Amino acid sequence: MLEVHDLTVSYGPIEAVREVSFRVEAGAVVSLVGPNGAGKTTALNAVSGVIPARRGRILFEGRDITRMSPHQRVSEGIVQIPEGRLVLAGMTVRENLEMGAYRRPRPEIAASIDRMEARFPILRERSGALAGTLSGGEQQMLAIARGLMAKPRLLLLDEPSLGLAPLIVRLIFEIIRELQAGGQTILLVEQNARQALAVSSHAYVMENGKVVLEGPAESLTSDPAVISSYLGQAISSPT
Amino acid sequence: MNLLAQQLVNGLFIGSVYGLFAVGYTLVFGVLDILNLAHAAVFTLGGLSAVWLVQAAGMSIWLAFPLATLLAGGLGLLINAAAFAPLRRRADSQFSGLISSIAMAIIFDAAALGLFGARSVRFPPGTVKVHVWQIAGVTITSLQVGIVLVATLLMLILTLFLQRSRTGKAIRTVAENERAAMLLGVNVSGIIAFTFFISSALGGAAGVLYGLYFDSLAPDMGRAIELKGLAVIILGGMGSIPGAILGGLAFGLSEVLTVAVSGTSNLRDAVAFTVLFAILLLRPSGLLGRGKLREA
Ligand SMILES: Nc1ncnc2c1ncn2[C@@H]1O[C@H](COP(=O)(O)OP(=O)(O)O)[C@@H](O)[C@H]1O
Ligand SMILES: [Mg+2]
Repeated sequence: MLEVHDLTVSYGPIEAVREVSFRVEAGAVVSLVGPNGAGKTTALNAVSGVIPARRGRILFEGRDITRMSPHQRVSEGIVQIPEGRLVLAGMTVRENLEMGAYRRPRPEIAASIDRMEARFPILRERSGALAGTLSGGEQQMLAIARGLMAKPRLLLLDEPSLGLAPLIVRLIFEIIRELQAGGQTILLVEQNARQALAVSSHAYVMENGKVVLEGPAESLTSDPAVISSYLGQAISSPT
Repeated sequence: MNLLAQQLVNGLFIGSVYGLFAVGYTLVFGVLDILNLAHAAVFTLGGLSAVWLVQAAGMSIWLAFPLATLLAGGLGLLINAAAFAPLRRRADSQFSGLISSIAMAIIFDAAALGLFGARSVRFPPGTVKVHVWQIAGVTITSLQVGIVLVATLLMLILTLFLQRSRTGKAIRTVAENERAAMLLGVNVSGIIAFTFFISSALGGAAGVLYGLYFDSLAPDMGRAIELKGLAVIILGGMGSIPGAILGGLAFGLSEVLTVAVSGTSNLRDAVAFTVLFAILLLRPSGLLGRGKLREA
């Protein structure tokens, strides 16, 4: 569904992503893991188009979208739930959800909001509240629901568990599993590599702007190098 | 007592024009965090072109007013395309945009001078049929009432538009966070251009109403309102639409009350700006400011 070839992205003279290639098959959950500053967010931003690619090509369903504007990519079904959530703090929860469906036909929106509120009851409860007044976990739920309102064909999820309490993190990964079961294609960026690999079929490890390792998630999970560098020492692997 | 009542009423009329001018000013600020210092020049061109449409083209004011408003909106598109859009990716775009908007103002002022001449002009007599009413010793004209109604109506429509419509919500989304807006599928540069269009259209409409109210327009009429408009949006709380409306009224009222109390117009501006400082001492973020203050 998504193919990224030799992508280079730079901020001024600094190349934050260098000649990176990866692909996501339809229906798969693929994760991009690696330490802080590796270039994961930058790579995702290039896929959604909010940062232009310096070199390389991005193909979506075989079509070259490298130069396509971000809003057109949303129309094509590429939807990013950004790091830091970026909820619209001064707008109501409902307005946030409405904006999620900005590029969809208007008559469908109310029913979609209903479904989303049924899945995330807290959003119905706080429907009229300003999004900025929600707790961090609630804001992440809102950001996810808002992203889903766009009916993504490819969902780009950037650090959905960042800075959240363990209970909420578990909830978030439950949602990811649920989406996966429903056939949603997801490109997941996580520092929480262990949990990310557990839900993924395939993964790429980034470091210093490059992909340094890639493979099926299971084989990465059992790779000693990956374990020591990215999964921490306290391994209680299920095997 | 009657004089005071009369001045209060006058303050309401002129305050509504200030409010309309400031609403456009603050809209661009609220969305982009930039000041468009060509706003006053658009105000001038809006007013002068309405006079031209009525006088030279022989149009009714009911046609000339909306046309001048649209024309002013078009100037807003031009300001955005020439002064702001090319700089948007620069790290210092707020400051450089400010400067290039001053440059646009200078060009617009020169255009006003070249197109309409340096002398002050007025709408031909009978442009608007004026009835005069005496109510409890206070003189009110139908023109004044019309001005308040039109200004109020435009501000009301804008408020509803921003609250309810899909595009209005997109404008607020861009105001909240440009990055988020892009990710939600908002065509951010299109929305910014449209915001400039509305802002300048309202500024031009204020110019027409101002010209009708004072029965005199000149290429330098923007000077008089430029600083007041800035004061009003600071007073109301930068970026706040209701704040700008309220600030406009407060400013108009404090002006005319000064004249009423002191008996001369010499102190008018001084007192109005003093009131501004006094209010900001009490409420640093303005009347309806978002309460966000710079951390110490
Ligand atoms: N807006 C920016 N301007 C300049 N440098 C940036 C910017 N955003 C990120 N970087 C740099 O790019 C590199 C990659 O960052 P990022 O993609 O955010 O990494 P990750 O998401 O993997 O933590 C880092 O060195 C970071 O400092
Ligand atoms: Mg990141």
